[in-house]
Amino acid sequence: MEVEEVYSSSELDKKEGKAINELIARSQETIPDPDEWLDEEIKRNILLTSVDAILDWARRSSMWPVFCFPACCAFEFITTAASRFDISRFGMEIVRASPRQADLMITAGTLTWKMAPQVKRIYDQMAEPKWVIAMGACAISGGIFRSSYSVVPGYNRIIPVDVYVPGCPPRPEALLHGIRMLHKKIAKESLFGEGK
Amino acid sequence: MLADYGYIGLLLAFAIFFAVTTLLLPLSLSLPARLVIYYRQLRQYLLMHHPILFNFLPSLPKFPRFMQVVPYNPNPVKSSTFECGMETIGKAWIRFNFRYYFYALVFIALDVLVVFLYPWAVDLKGLGLFGLIGVLILIFILFIGYIYAWKKRVLEWK
Repeated sequence: MEVEEVYSSSELDKKEGKAINELIARSQETIPDPDEWLDEEIKRNILLTSVDAILDWARRSSMWPVFCFPACCAFEFITTAASRFDISRFGMEIVRASPRQADLMITAGTLTWKMAPQVKRIYDQMAEPKWVIAMGACAISGGIFRSSYSVVPGYNRIIPVDVYVPGCPPRPEALLHGIRMLHKKIAKESLFGEGK
Repeated sequence: MLADYGYIGLLLAFAIFFAVTTLLLPLSLSLPARLVIYYRQLRQYLLMHHPILFNFLPSLPKFPRFMQVVPYNPNPVKSSTFECGMETIGKAWIRFNFRYYFYALVFIALDVLVVFLYPWAVDLKGLGLFGLIGVLILIFILFIGYIYAWKKRVLEWK
């Protein structure tokens, strides 16, 4: 990739503003949720179902969330990760700071357009297969800040979202329910078929 | 004795079952269909990883990725450097001021002095006058080096 030289903070600001405006122009439409295959008739190779079952079980039993907590829903996630609600019961207590080692993005909080390129970049750099849980009203639709010029009205403008967890903020139980829903979705995925 | 053989047999049966379900069955089932689609890929793969056919063992871990058991979708953004989601600016190969080198040297000398001072300070009374004289000699030697560095203008940043 070509690396542009930046020599001053004003140049950096201009470059960043240009990138943000391009992203806003590109993300006027919402990205459809990757769930069309869920309701369809299951067209899978019957002989491969045991392999699918093992792989899906392995994938959903050890999910690795990545750090993406721009705002206050992060505290509910922290509570979920702490001892009382304890997401390590689902094999995912370690939150990775690097997207290379993560396959789940729990987008907890309001996202501004200034932060959006970074979130999109982190999502792009995550290893596949990868999933996204949109946590809270702001992550779903922008929440009470929806009408603001600077707030992304829903993470599905920039990245495909698998599970939406409503609430402002959602209680830890709600997030756990969302995680369970994601587990159910992963359980339906097939190696060579739909939902890949 | 009989029970041990039973366990060994059970282990073998499980190993065979595991091999069949996770490796042989998916590979044997999907290979003919995929060979047509991925003929070029396979040829490239063979050319790259099998210059000699007997040399295939080291590349076995890559085979699940080739069969798309492990997804492999690289793109320029994904392959680029991760820097907390920010785009990286400039180059990593930049020049540092060479005066850091002198600072590092002086720091290491004083660091070693501290390492020797700690055990002496822990057993101060036990080591007595002999220890005190030894430490003074050590400090004197380092002090000469420090004065030398000072005189050579190492401590000035210009």
